[in-house]
Amino acid sequence: MYNGGKIIIGLIIFVALVTAPFFLSGKKATAKPDPKVDTPEILKLPVSERKCVESKEFMTAEHMKLLLEWRDWVVRDGDGVYINAEGKRFDMSLQNTCMKCHSSKKKFCDECHNYAAVNPYCWDCHIAPKEKES
Amino acid sequence: MSIDRRGFLKIAGISTILGVGGISAASGLKNWAEASQVMPNPEALKAKRWGMVVDMAKFQTDEDYQRCIDACDEVHNVPHINNKKEEVKWIWKEKFENAFPGNEDPYLAEEIKELPFLVLCNHCENPPCVRVCPTKATFKRESDGIVMMDMHRCIGCRFCMAACPYGARSFNFRDPRPSINAEKENPEFPTRTKGVVEKCTLCYERLAKGLQPACVEASKGALIFGDLEDSNSEIRKVLGSRYSFRRKPELGTQPSVYYIF
Repeated sequence: MYNGGKIIIGLIIFVALVTAPFFLSGKKATAKPDPKVDTPEILKLPVSERKCVESKEFMTAEHMKLLLEWRDWVVRDGDGVYINAEGKRFDMSLQNTCMKCHSSKKKFCDECHNYAAVNPYCWDCHIAPKEKES
Repeated sequence: MSIDRRGFLKIAGISTILGVGGISAASGLKNWAEASQVMPNPEALKAKRWGMVVDMAKFQTDEDYQRCIDACDEVHNVPHINNKKEEVKWIWKEKFENAFPGNEDPYLAEEIKELPFLVLCNHCENPPCVRVCPTKATFKRESDGIVMMDMHRCIGCRFCMAACPYGARSFNFRDPRPSINAEKENPEFPTRTKGVVEKCTLCYERLAKGLQPACVEASKGALIFGDLEDSNSEIRKVLGSRYSFRRKPELGTQPSVYYIF
């Protein structure tokens, strides 16, 4: 190998640079997001009523698509009521339905959105509930 | 690497089966969501074509106008910007010569000339703003004739503002939030953001709950609201018994807002 020593030193420097962020950021990874669903509004409900519009798994994975559908149904089609798989009815509204239970945007929405570095523009227009000191 | 015909057919067959299976597994979740249904609120007020009559005889004092304007501004979080170029208006006062240009006859009574008229989006039968909107952010609801705004889709091109002959549309040149009185903010209705066009939506969100528009409710009978296609409605009885006129009828936009004296 021509210039073998230089190449190997170069490779070591390259690998060190590429992996540096992992060593320099400290041992612990960023804390996993833990969206809180223990708002006073939810705790007030009887346990059997503590259910979201759809199942927890569905909401975790698909809430953005559901909200997208909701906005078109309400604004463009004029349909205001959503009937879920269990036959329960809900007003389709981010401000007046979702955030009435999930009353802390910081602890519920931002928790995961910051972790995943997504920046939905919902709150440019929609008014977030006032954060209560706790 | 070479592959004989038998090997190729095997791989192709297996991947087809896997592909079809994969698609049906993925669509399971979708079908679940589609099992849910939507419907309009059963309490909603319904009409074939909403219309409004502005009874100018009942607007005597400044307070009569302000009541309607304030009711709208508070319900819809309309910002107050003290700058003619950037102001946002949903319902406002307009001088006769500006509201009805071409009708200012030389010997017109002084009081009519100076009388402010209450004007708002006319929710035209044939809305020019809808024709020019490149994203269909503004559209006419076929069910009841309301000319709606879908803020999610507005790109702020302002074609609609150029097209509207009534100046009923306002552009958000800046973030409207600082110009909204935080204490009077309605937490049940969104604000707008910088770079979208807004206008009166005939309180579609209140109609869906079975309520009259905010200005009508506050007007104490000076604004009459109802279905123009229902010959038994109050609005049709008023229009059938008194002389009414509309803004710029010669343009053929067929406004739904009528004025009577």
